[in-house]
Amino acid sequence: MIRKRVVLTFPHEVVSQPVVYHLVKDYNLMINILRARVTPQEQGRLVVEISGSKKEMEAGMNYLAELNIDIQPLAQDIKWHESKCVHCTACIPHCPTNAIFLNRDTMKVSFDKQKCIACELCIPACPYQAIEIVI
Amino acid sequence: MFATSCVTVSCEFYRRLINQRIRRGEAVVVTAEEIIDIVEEKGIKKAAKEVDVVTTGTFAPMCSSGAFINFKNSKPKIKAQKVWLNGINAYAGLAAADIYLGVTELPDEDLLNKVFPGSFKYGGGHVIEDLVAGKPIKLRAISYGTDCYPKKELKTVIDIKSVNQAILTNPRNAYQNYNVAINKYSDRNIYTYMGILKPNIGNANYCSAGQLSPLLNDPLYKTIGIGTKIFLGGGEGFVYWEGTQHNPRVKRGTNSVVRAPAGTLAVVGDLKGMSSEWLKGTSITGYGVTLTIGIGIPIPILSEDIVKYTAVKDEDIYTQIVDYSKDYPNGVNKSYGEVNYKQLRDGHIEIEGKQVPTGALSSYNKAREIAKILKDKIKKGRFELAKPVKSLSSGE
Repeated sequence: MIRKRVVLTFPHEVVSQPVVYHLVKDYNLMINILRARVTPQEQGRLVVEISGSKKEMEAGMNYLAELNIDIQPLAQDIKWHESKCVHCTACIPHCPTNAIFLNRDTMKVSFDKQKCIACELCIPACPYQAIEIVI
Repeated sequence: MFATSCVTVSCEFYRRLINQRIRRGEAVVVTAEEIIDIVEEKGIKKAAKEVDVVTTGTFAPMCSSGAFINFKNSKPKIKAQKVWLNGINAYAGLAAADIYLGVTELPDEDLLNKVFPGSFKYGGGHVIEDLVAGKPIKLRAISYGTDCYPKKELKTVIDIKSVNQAILTNPRNAYQNYNVAINKYSDRNIYTYMGILKPNIGNANYCSAGQLSPLLNDPLYKTIGIGTKIFLGGGEGFVYWEGTQHNPRVKRGTNSVVRAPAGTLAVVGDLKGMSSEWLKGTSITGYGVTLTIGIGIPIPILSEDIVKYTAVKDEDIYTQIVDYSKDYPNGVNKSYGEVNYKQLRDGHIEIEGKQVPTGALSSYNKAREIAKILKDKIKKGRFELAKPVKSLSSGE
């Protein structure tokens, strides 16, 4: 069993298709939707955690690629610019998963990409534009 | 050493002794964090004998800030009437080539809060950060033309080296304590100068370096006064007056520390000697732009009382919880409880029986760094203490 967190960007012509249904039924993958944003006539963006066997995962990913769905690892989606961060902690209460966290001894902020669900709540909370979403 | 005020003769005598020790590289300098342990270990009397200077620091948004700039006049000359720096309007109601750029100024074309909440990506504070970083800044000036200043429009590029003077001037800075902000009554996020506040008291934001903050280590302004030399934005600056909204007559604890926003400082310094590491353009979603500034102030140990003040701990500094959804905007002065800075820095406080996560606008990490930098400068003999020429109003 392997597990990966990815950001799926759907072209507008695919937005109306039951893609997640097919991943579950045809490829036996478990899908945990972390975040979804669909703009009809434009594009869709789905942040998901996918689990399954290596073979099923590969087949599922091929299916997505055939539909021209862009697959990006979640870690690449959110970028925390350490050089811009002043460690003020304004973002800390807004992060639901503690992906952005504070070492209370050093009072320094850090970012754990693996915990990030790309909810984007930290982005407007940062006064120094130190966090951005890469689309 | 039993001086009572920073401008007395005995006070000046001890300050001179300390400066002599600084020049010889013998001064014992510790930060406002380190003095806490020293006093706990050795007691106040011994600490007063052993320590010469305690350094403090703070790094937070300071909206009442700006810079006077003389942009070096053109040939032919212009009497600037309206001026923009990187599209940000600077006040030009001064002499011909003098302007004042406020850190909260926004571009004319900014969407502001029309698409709420506005993101306010660039403003006066960002121009100051870029200028001090040595980046080129586009200047546009217009005028009506006079016999001695005939030019009617000027488009040029300036930088920190090309301008005659660039003077950072902050009429209100280094607030002595501040509110903890909550959103008690609104059912949506509210966007304030204290950051984003979630509904149903979803978070609590504060803005002070607590035990490291300058005026919380000198609660009755015994040593910090007009003329005090300070670390300002990575360079040197001075306290030039009490700051606007300076109000020493607030509730104090038995340790004399204020339990609500109180004193403030007006400070000034040469922008040419500063660093963009300690002057950061700041974008506060839904509110506007500002500048985050690093300030450090040395406190000379002139008496045992002063040691006691500098040894103040986060758990002994209290502040008030204030609602920013209804009370603050309507000018209602109401507290929803008192908390101390240890609780705030630990990450959660209790409000109305609920555990509420905290966030800060002020960087404790950077405040600590500033106090250390100032300590090193004094120890190396590169920063002497200036004699204040007048005390700040302490309300006594």
